[in-house]
Amino acid sequence: MSTITQSTAPAPVSVRKPTAQIRSWKIPITFGGFAVLSLFLFIVLGRGQRGDLSTFRLSQGRDLIQLPAVALPTFITGVVVAIVLVVMTVISAWLVYRHTKIPIVLSILFALFFLVGFLAWAASGSTIPVPGLLIGTVTLSAPLIFGALGGVLSERAGVVNVAIEAQLLAGAFSSAIVASATGNPYLGLLAAMVAGGLVSMVLAAFALKYLVDQVIVGVVLNVLVIGLTSFLYSQVLAPSKNLNSPDVFPRIDIPLLSEIPIIGPVLFRQTIIVYVMYFAIAFVFFLLFRTKWGLRVRAVGEHPQAADTVGINVNRTRFMAVTLGGLISGFGGAYFTLGAVGAFNKEMTNGMGFIALAAVIFGQWHPIKATLAALLFGFATNLQNVLGIIGSPVPSEFMLMLPYVVTIFAVAGFVGRSRAPAADGKPYIK
Amino acid sequence: MSDLSAPTVPVSPAPEPSKDAKDDSGRWGQTLRDITGGSAMISILAVVSALVVGAVLIAFTNGRVQETAGYFFSRPLDMAQAVWDAVAGAYSALFQGSIYNFRAKNFLTAIRPLTETLTFATPLIAAGLGVGLAFRVGMFNIGGRGQMLIAAGAAGYVAFAVELPAGIHLIAAILAGLLGGAIWGGVVGLLKARTGAHEVIVTIMLNFVALYLIQFLLRTPGALQAPGSNNPKTPAMLSTAIFPDLFGPRYNLHAGFLTVIAATIFVWWLLSRSNLGFQFRAVGQNPRAARVAGINVKNVYMYAMAISGALVGLAGINQVLGTVTTGFGSGIDAGIGFDAITVALLGRSKPWGIFAAGILFGAFKAGGFAMQAAEGVPIDIVVVVQALIVLFIAAPPLVRAMFHLPTPGTTKTPRTRTNNSSKINEVAAK
Repeated sequence: MSTITQSTAPAPVSVRKPTAQIRSWKIPITFGGFAVLSLFLFIVLGRGQRGDLSTFRLSQGRDLIQLPAVALPTFITGVVVAIVLVVMTVISAWLVYRHTKIPIVLSILFALFFLVGFLAWAASGSTIPVPGLLIGTVTLSAPLIFGALGGVLSERAGVVNVAIEAQLLAGAFSSAIVASATGNPYLGLLAAMVAGGLVSMVLAAFALKYLVDQVIVGVVLNVLVIGLTSFLYSQVLAPSKNLNSPDVFPRIDIPLLSEIPIIGPVLFRQTIIVYVMYFAIAFVFFLLFRTKWGLRVRAVGEHPQAADTVGINVNRTRFMAVTLGGLISGFGGAYFTLGAVGAFNKEMTNGMGFIALAAVIFGQWHPIKATLAALLFGFATNLQNVLGIIGSPVPSEFMLMLPYVVTIFAVAGFVGRSRAPAADGKPYIK
Repeated sequence: MSDLSAPTVPVSPAPEPSKDAKDDSGRWGQTLRDITGGSAMISILAVVSALVVGAVLIAFTNGRVQETAGYFFSRPLDMAQAVWDAVAGAYSALFQGSIYNFRAKNFLTAIRPLTETLTFATPLIAAGLGVGLAFRVGMFNIGGRGQMLIAAGAAGYVAFAVELPAGIHLIAAILAGLLGGAIWGGVVGLLKARTGAHEVIVTIMLNFVALYLIQFLLRTPGALQAPGSNNPKTPAMLSTAIFPDLFGPRYNLHAGFLTVIAATIFVWWLLSRSNLGFQFRAVGQNPRAARVAGINVKNVYMYAMAISGALVGLAGINQVLGTVTTGFGSGIDAGIGFDAITVALLGRSKPWGIFAAGILFGAFKAGGFAMQAAEGVPIDIVVVVQALIVLFIAAPPLVRAMFHLPTPGTTKTPRTRTNNSSKINEVAAK
């Protein structure tokens, strides 16, 4: 598609573009699927037909400004949402038929409507704590976002980073040991960064110096770090009591900001790890897209030969980008021990690194989009937690499955062919 | 457009130096060079190096060694003795647990560890073949866990719920499992072919979907749950559907090993003798060239993932019909889906290479349990050693540098040969 439209670019403005675009029915089909699902769930299986209410609590008890809870009649909300979704599906189909691009706003609105309808349906006769749902989302997304940012940095430089899991786990392990041994959790954070950095330096050394296939190194590093940390856990951490009991970071309320309704508690009553995360997102974005170094990183990731020709040291730039990515991912690993659990356990990252990798690809190798993808995973995980507490109408396994199914749909329907940096995974040999 | 943007993963194993060296003259010095620099030597040295690193880890974390290190300068021999005891004890237990127990009373008991090794190797080989096949088509199948679970569920259901005559029952259960794995893998290929969804994301997501689906079925009476039980576990398999023991009841080795041999032959035939296999390899080398040559790349992705899923499914079948026949839970995959990736990498994605790698890893697994029981060394050390072996084997230049080996095929300038051949690969891949 793109080549056809590109070839018309030099044509004079007055000439009408010969649009030879192929109609893509993916979005209408995806919409249709969800619309049918909502018709089935909200109307056929409609809950609360006797006038039950679904309550959304918007404030926590200790908030300064109390918002009233919103109560929606479950069944009517479901019917309205289902109808709106069907209408949106028809609109999208019509737009595709007319060769018009479907605005992204429509997709976002569609997702929001479905979400509201689903929550109302699931919460029939009970209350959903909206701030709690969102706070947990941000907290649970933190390691995913750090991992995804590290992955984005590394892959933008042209080095495939399958080793995010290893970086997170190494960070979790070393932060637990150092924070317990020194009694200072901030040193633990530093140790987590160093550990993540070391893992990524091994990745970079093998990928760039010894030209080993980068996926192989990544997979092997994951296994290696899982093995090493589990071995050392059994041999060193488990027998001694005071090497694996770090202090957990407390939540810090930011004055004023934390009192903004809904947003305040969600964004500004978090641990220091999450505050660093905000900084890290902005930092990676700024670094990649607003600095000379970032331009170089993207250049060696897209076209290393061209970059080399203008005098950029390809392998050194790649090495630095990968190492920096590892520092960031490793920092995220500290979340597991210092931000949540307060002790290291075997394989405690539990596949989060792979989900972060999915977020990188889902987010099209862009720091902001990858962050949003990671937030989506975090939201889905936490939604299941919350619905588990209020008693979900669907078997909990299906709730747990939901984020992954949605991701498959999203990847197949909305994202489609996400394009990796052109030289991703290819070593550069002069 | 699809293949232009199909990203990252294709794994072409590192170039094999021995092939390059073949056309050289048969001078004695050159021959010696080939032997010491060839890939067999590299493999042996890689295993040795990995075992040395493992020994260092075992020694450092051993309590007795740490104790004697305290007075190292007054009595250094104590520490040397402690190190020797720890390492020799662990590795001798590893050997006795995996190959030949020379403390046993008679030969038939002494050889039992070897059959244990083959039993552990069986699912590893099957899953490794699946992952390796996907590698050869340029795809990365991390979905081993999901494919194994679905195959185990399907085969298990047929094996305990359907009553059929002996023989037919076993075949029916195997076919059901293969079909389950093929569907779970084929969906990935279908989505990649039709929508461009990245197989890494989809396989990871499908792992979780399969896990929760099986968990749901395992606690649903009438599905996989054993009648009259509250545990999330299936009933025992009917005796007509169980793989018969190969050497009688005193050994665990079952006929599943024969299916794995058959699968290895099948994959070898498929890849190197069949039309479809030629298409597979062509697409794996260069999808664009394959498409120009008239190969239907999309179909190839679909067939390859379906066959890959079926092969990984065979591992799940072997678990439920051979190894754990008394009923299984959702942990039946035992991490084999991920181990299979390292097996495939070690075997360089070649059928017989994977067969050998699977047996080696099976030996490590069997011996690891014995080592843990006898010497108290956690089995995780085995994982570390396995990862290191793959890492070293993937980086021949590193091993050559470590042991000051000559580069095969060159007399003067070391390393150029590797660089050149990689460069040729690089060019060919474009």
